[in-house]
Amino acid sequence: MSRGLMKHLAEARKRGDVGRLAEAIPYARWMRIAPENGTGELLTRMRFHDSLIGNTFLPAIHGGTLGAMLEMAAIFHLLWEIETETVPKIVNITVDYLRSARPLDVIASAKVTKQGRRMVNVFAEAWQDDRNRPVATAQAHFLVTADDEPSAL
Amino acid sequence: MAKPLTTPEERIALFQRLFSDTIPHNKALGLKVLAVARGLASMQLDWREELVGNPETRVLAGGPLTAMLDGCCGMAVATMLKEPMPFATLDLRIDYAKPAVPGKPVIAEAECYRITRSVAFTRAFAHQGDPKDPVAAAAGTFMLGTKGKVTPAHLRGRELLGKGAVA
Repeated sequence: MSRGLMKHLAEARKRGDVGRLAEAIPYARWMRIAPENGTGELLTRMRFHDSLIGNTFLPAIHGGTLGAMLEMAAIFHLLWEIETETVPKIVNITVDYLRSARPLDVIASAKVTKQGRRMVNVFAEAWQDDRNRPVATAQAHFLVTADDEPSAL
Repeated sequence: MAKPLTTPEERIALFQRLFSDTIPHNKALGLKVLAVARGLASMQLDWREELVGNPETRVLAGGPLTAMLDGCCGMAVATMLKEPMPFATLDLRIDYAKPAVPGKPVIAEAECYRITRSVAFTRAFAHQGDPKDPVAAAAGTFMLGTKGKVTPAHLRGRELLGKGAVA
């Protein structure tokens, strides 16, 4: 059901440029969330812009946007790293907020904790200038079989 | 001394101002406050092209729902506070029950069912008209009285944003 995104994936693979994946997703474009693989590791970056702010006093980035970018990071990771014929369908996500995120880019990495036949469990972590001081982490489940309902992504 | 808010309309207008109009991301999403009562909050998110996760199905991405449910749970917490204090999301779990129907607004209803000195516990559902047929469910906990220590890095952030943006 997601030939558009899968087509982008095939094209991104051919060119070795994972950044193209985000172009297929309106929400990722709007949020300025895109994957990058310049360092050899797939990372997802959310570029800072004023409308990400949730607390104007500190100021700090809205917690919801951190959850959203961790979810996108997990999806990009699954699309890129595992053999999937369909867009991974998110079942649930639990986000832990560790410290306030300042008005800077946020970078996230993801890794598969467990891959089953139908279900994949992913851990994702987001940080800003210091990778050793994450601002939020998440654990999420995705369905990855093509015979399921159309993806909610 | 602020005068006590008596009518539901006044409460909605106040929370719309505090939670939607003055929080840049909530404003960017266009969140509308529908109802406020002690321990309860309800918000609406209108479908928009740029919030779509899959351009073929035109179904909303998970992200806008996450941000909305976080905001709605936070608003439910605010209704329980005896006096205003800063608080922050500690954790948030979202279960995606089914895809939201494209083009239709999503309504979030949150409840703060327990509040202690340090922590507030919330639950929320998102639906498209029938609360018994949810699109997503959330459980969030909030840390209360977060001092929100302003670090040099935050000050740099303020400069970055400019005075106008953080009025």
